[in-house]
Amino acid sequence: MSNPTAKRPRPLAPNVQIYRPQLTSVLSILNRITGVALSVGAIVLVIWLLAAARGPQAYAVVQGAIASWIGQVVLLGATFAFFLHFCGGIRHLVWDTVHGFELRSIYISGWAVVTASIVLTVVAWVVGSIMAG
Amino acid sequence: MRSPLARAIGLGSAKKGAGHWCAERVSAVALVPLTVWFAAEIIAHSGSDHPTFIAWLSAPLAATLMILLLIALFYHTALGLQVVIEDYVHSGAKFVAVIALRLGCFALAAAGVMATLSVAFSG
Repeated sequence: MSNPTAKRPRPLAPNVQIYRPQLTSVLSILNRITGVALSVGAIVLVIWLLAAARGPQAYAVVQGAIASWIGQVVLLGATFAFFLHFCGGIRHLVWDTVHGFELRSIYISGWAVVTASIVLTVVAWVVGSIMAG
Repeated sequence: MRSPLARAIGLGSAKKGAGHWCAERVSAVALVPLTVWFAAEIIAHSGSDHPTFIAWLSAPLAATLMILLLIALFYHTALGLQVVIEDYVHSGAKFVAVIALRLGCFALAAAGVMATLSVAFSG
């Protein structure tokens, strides 16, 4: 049995790259991208715990990888990704209570998420480097 | 699970959409205090040596919170990545990918919990 709709390609909605990026759309896709990135971070957490359980040598290997410059760059990115997903997630939870959908509120909360994520990342790294000595 | 609105108007998810949506929110709420605790501890333990790390994680409170974090984290990860897969994978690979995702998250959570328990009982 032939399927007539399969013969010719169906019309497509305008692709995402046609639209000018806006704070709302950028934060939406960043919430997804940081979520995927943090999933990789969750795997690193398990590797770190397994290494600590295995013994001092395995733990030292993982700590060494984290302390390397590439490890520090990845950790800095992961810190920002975490705070962006965290703050964006709280914004979503507020939306789930059917609050903050006015255009003005959307932009205020959006910039608040960006600002809070940057501030929290800086604070975390400043305090972390003080603690590490 | 069906949302009250779906029941009232006879529309809405025909499958498990409402339950999935709700579980993602519940795990997110659980992750708010757990990740704040974890972030604070990680910052406090930057560059800790092995004995210090073991001493920290073998305390009952830290071990319990770590296990709760692992469970909530991998549950939330499985729910979130499933939506990503369903949005972009439309072939038969979707089924395989979602199953692999769920089994992978189960395995990683189990490995993390076992590592934590092993540290907790050895330390």
